[in-house]
Amino acid sequence: MSIRDKACIVGAYEHPLRKAPDHSVAQLHAEVALGALQDAGLSLRDVDGYFCAGDAPGLGPMSMIDYLGLSVRHMDSTDVGGSSYLVHVAHAAEAIASGKCNIALITLAGRPRSEGSSGMQTRVFGAAAPDLPFEFPYGGGTLNMYAMCAARHMYEFGTTSEQLAWVKVAASHHAQHNPHAMLRDVVTVDDVLSSPMMSDPLHRMDCCVVTDGGGAILVTRPEIAASLRRPIVRVRGAGEALKGLGGGRIDLTYTAARFSGPAAFEEAGVTPADIDYASIYDSFTITVLMQLEDLGFCKKGEGGRFVADGNLISGVGRLPFNTDGGGLCNNHPANRGGITKVIEAVRQLRGEAHPAVQVKDCRLALVQGIGGSLATRHASGTLILERE
Amino acid sequence: MIMSRTYSMPFVNAEAAPFFRAARNGQLLVKHCLACDTPHHYPRSICPFCGSDRTEWRESTGRGEVYSFTPARRGVAEPFVLAYVTLDEGVTMLTNIEAEDPDSVHIGQRVRVVFRPVENDLSIPVFVAA
Repeated sequence: MSIRDKACIVGAYEHPLRKAPDHSVAQLHAEVALGALQDAGLSLRDVDGYFCAGDAPGLGPMSMIDYLGLSVRHMDSTDVGGSSYLVHVAHAAEAIASGKCNIALITLAGRPRSEGSSGMQTRVFGAAAPDLPFEFPYGGGTLNMYAMCAARHMYEFGTTSEQLAWVKVAASHHAQHNPHAMLRDVVTVDDVLSSPMMSDPLHRMDCCVVTDGGGAILVTRPEIAASLRRPIVRVRGAGEALKGLGGGRIDLTYTAARFSGPAAFEEAGVTPADIDYASIYDSFTITVLMQLEDLGFCKKGEGGRFVADGNLISGVGRLPFNTDGGGLCNNHPANRGGITKVIEAVRQLRGEAHPAVQVKDCRLALVQGIGGSLATRHASGTLILERE
Repeated sequence: MIMSRTYSMPFVNAEAAPFFRAARNGQLLVKHCLACDTPHHYPRSICPFCGSDRTEWRESTGRGEVYSFTPARRGVAEPFVLAYVTLDEGVTMLTNIEAEDPDSVHIGQRVRVVFRPVENDLSIPVFVAA
């Protein structure tokens, strides 16, 4: 069974805050849920499916369904880090297509900025994680594990820091138009290269922001979507894939988007050349470059040339990306960027992005997310969305 | 002088412990599957390539080359070089490179194992220039 055209996104909401010291995590989840419902013209009583991941407080769906007073007949707490929410859209479409629910709510929220959590710390995903004894002593965190991918990419393909910097430059050109973006200043390649070296070869400006906040998405069946007043965004295709440590056959040059991308394109019946706008998870500049290659927007190893010279800037380049400013400049709530990627794609397809960055006649958007550690333990989710 | 830092490994379990006990005795072990004749890392009792439980510990030469690395310079108490090292046996492992000058480390560099103590009378392997 294909989910193609079986489900639509009818509500999308991004919390306006980037620092929320006076909010609880549950409260942020609730506020984004209400925001998405208001966007769709629905209420909490209409929700019969709920999706959340590891950022949700307590026991995930149990805690948030109870907090919100929801009455659901389907729930899913698949947690694959920052890509969870793209996978949730696909799983919601599957649940809707098979009659398990009619209106699915997906929420993400967190307060890493207020709580002092970032990608600098050594990651521990439970003391029983089988790989943990063989990695913990060495101090691998988000930042330095991604930095090793960048180092290897440079070694194998001649990718340069200047090319990586163009990803940040493009994001900053978009963020200047977003009043909620954490960083709104337009930066240059030189600005990126002269920002402090964090973990070679990644500079501070190669890294995403750390923000509090969140976002929510509502997915429903086409008949219900047609009865609502908002523009309809169909889920046309989806793919999900994992890539691990490979029993010690480490290859840092590619991501699981190599598998989730073709699955999504095949289901949607389109190719990279058909995509008008792309939301590409930008935890770091290297994350974007590798996913673009793996999705087939360019050949492996040519990502550096592809992103250079403003090619990702809306109205300037070949592939407008992350027109909200992305994780690099706008928002990366709960240290998980997946849901804001979906939200900006929905804005673009509805024609509701900022006029300065709105892609003309945007009909087909790709949303790409990576959760976990790039090229090693990570999950990739790819969505292809279409304006009706 | 080679920079060594304080290492910690509080997460030992029964399946992993032989690796760290051997390290205490100056041995780097790699798990090898007798069914498909393939080494793997991190070590498991079940081979990740064929699912066989006929796996055994074998001693590595402790030599290999740097696959990738990054000097962590900021936001850490003690600067260190995180690396993936590909052992001559063919598996790639996460580790640290201890070097007097982090800028001397490079991809493709030949390295050899040395061992550093952690808690519970165990040790971990790290690498230095060969």
